[in-house]
Amino acid sequence: MSTLYFLVQQTMFCAIPLLIVAIGAMYSERSGIINIALEGIMVMGAFTSIMFINIMQTNGIMDGQLLLLVAILIAGLSGGIFSLLHAFAAIKLRADQTISGTALNMFAAPFAIYIARMLTPNHSQQVQFTDTFHIDSVPVLGSIPVIGDLFFKNTYITTYLGIIIFIIGAFVISKTRFGLRLRACGEHPQAADAVGVNVYKIRYSGVFISGVLAGIGGLVFVVPTSVNFNGTVSGYGFLALAVLIFGQWRSAGIIKAAFFFGIMQTIASSYSGIPVLQDLPIPNGVYKMIPYIATMIILAFFSKSSQAPRAEGVPYDKGSR
Amino acid sequence: MKNKQNKALGNILSSVLAIVGGLLFGLIVLLVTNPKEAFSGFMAILGGGINYGINNIGLILNYATPIIMTGLSVGFAFKTGLFNIGAAGQFTVGAFVAVYIGVKWTFLPFGLHCLVAIIFACLAGALWGLVPGFLKAVANVNEVISSILMNYIGMHLVNMLIKSAGVYDSLRNQSKPVAQTANLPKMGLDKLFPGANINSGILIALIFVIIMYIIIEKTTFGYELKACGMNKNASKYAGINENRSIILSMVIAGGLAGIGGALYYLSGTGRYMQVLDVIAQQGFDGISVALLGVSNPIGIFFAGIFIAHITNGGLYLQLFGFVPEVIQMIIASIIYFGAFALLVKGLLTNMQKRKAAKMEQQQSVSTKTNGEGAK
Repeated sequence: MSTLYFLVQQTMFCAIPLLIVAIGAMYSERSGIINIALEGIMVMGAFTSIMFINIMQTNGIMDGQLLLLVAILIAGLSGGIFSLLHAFAAIKLRADQTISGTALNMFAAPFAIYIARMLTPNHSQQVQFTDTFHIDSVPVLGSIPVIGDLFFKNTYITTYLGIIIFIIGAFVISKTRFGLRLRACGEHPQAADAVGVNVYKIRYSGVFISGVLAGIGGLVFVVPTSVNFNGTVSGYGFLALAVLIFGQWRSAGIIKAAFFFGIMQTIASSYSGIPVLQDLPIPNGVYKMIPYIATMIILAFFSKSSQAPRAEGVPYDKGSR
Repeated sequence: MKNKQNKALGNILSSVLAIVGGLLFGLIVLLVTNPKEAFSGFMAILGGGINYGINNIGLILNYATPIIMTGLSVGFAFKTGLFNIGAAGQFTVGAFVAVYIGVKWTFLPFGLHCLVAIIFACLAGALWGLVPGFLKAVANVNEVISSILMNYIGMHLVNMLIKSAGVYDSLRNQSKPVAQTANLPKMGLDKLFPGANINSGILIALIFVIIMYIIIEKTTFGYELKACGMNKNASKYAGINENRSIILSMVIAGGLAGIGGALYYLSGTGRYMQVLDVIAQQGFDGISVALLGVSNPIGIFFAGIFIAHITNGGLYLQLFGFVPEVIQMIIASIIYFGAFALLVKGLLTNMQKRKAAKMEQQQSVSTKTNGEGAK
């Protein structure tokens, strides 16, 4: 039973960042802009916020849950600002969206490492932090049998934040006027423009939302799984993109996909903590490959009937209407 | 003909502008971090280290060899409209196969040994390119995602195989050294560049540059691939088998990256495969090289040497208290500025149109006056 609790708790740590980032990516892609810069934006968000946590903790200004909440805001803000570079190139300059996204991906990690090495006294690229955010057991809810053990013990507020972001994200895109306009811009921007929607503005906000959420996702990924930031989010940005595709660009699909990937990642990262898996005569490397192979197989089955936004990746030119 | 020339000029101009923009950005970063040493640091980058010793030419060419190959790989796939972000994985599996053969197959004589290693590395890379190509053609899987996944699969697989296939030096956590016979021949290049640790790898890369140029520009096959990349529907209408083009393009791209892996580790300069959870940098450098070289094999050759040049120069930044990561920032911003290419080309065509309009005007004026004179 304790193994099951452990697995569910671990799955949360892997699935929640994927969920947040993929929901963000949904806003960008359904407004018509491909965003493969998620990985870089996650790195940027994680770096600035962990750096902030580091400075606050070493100077003893702030700590605990309040610090984490402020850090989340910083992660979101820096991710959003960084993503505007992609938005500018893709929307204003009508650049190739894959290329400008790649440029952002390539920029983020060296930037984080450069600043970290210039700022830390021993030129180390690792930004350390003390984990004062861990919640052993949520008051009241944690004492419920079974459910309390599964969902309200050994956790972080980021887990619940992720669920809240998902609910709001799913609601806004399908039930609000803004959501409808955003989807229209991804399917048929000319038609949206004809009825008076400002396609450029909507697309900017789509990319900005994805940047904010990817930035937060970067922090949410690092905090429960590590005690330092090393300039990488281990390909989670790309996995989030796979989650988005596997979830067919719809929020209901995305949450299923995120938890599927979360379970796969958990097997890959904590097989040594699962007695059954550890006893099998399978080399450890195989477990590490499982999430990627599983993703590949699943994409092979689900891509044929792809429901990608129709105008995705096509720059909108008002003149060609 | 003139149109083609203009296009080439536009490409070169936009690449040069991107490079200038990226370098300026790097200078600003240096100035912000440490204004006193910024210009000395910047000169070190521009000099590529050659100002610190002539043997740096060899180092640059050595570094350029694999990234020209991965650049060709990415650039070739670009021609078919595919983004091969998986060059890193193809490079890694190619490298492993080459190292394995280099360590184990000692029964092969010098010359043949490295040739066999390169061929098998090419096949391994091709296999790694085949998977995303096949999935794209058959199941419509986005090749960007699938080749990123292949990068991770390749990395973990190779890490596992290095340890289990008997080529592992557990003391240093890296691969064993390859046999002397497996190293690439020097072909007298070491005499041409004295003091430089250099081998024929760069010549092999140059041969592939020429081969790829001929395939892309002078053969029906290359034309079909380009047609697929430019307009799927039109090429389908013209009877080109699109699925075949996609698969072949990815297989060839994978093979090129795989050869890059072989050339890198068979260079005889004491390189060993490390068992680390890190995706090969050469794969990502290949993307930069291909973008900077606008997917043209000859452009890729020079772009590869340029990136190797500033990367090598970046190592000397430490003399001035900077860390070399600034180079990767410069490269990323070059790519970002390169994305503005459309803007540059737009300006260029505008200028030409204006010029042409002016000429026309002048011509019509002069014919008018001539006509009047005849009257």
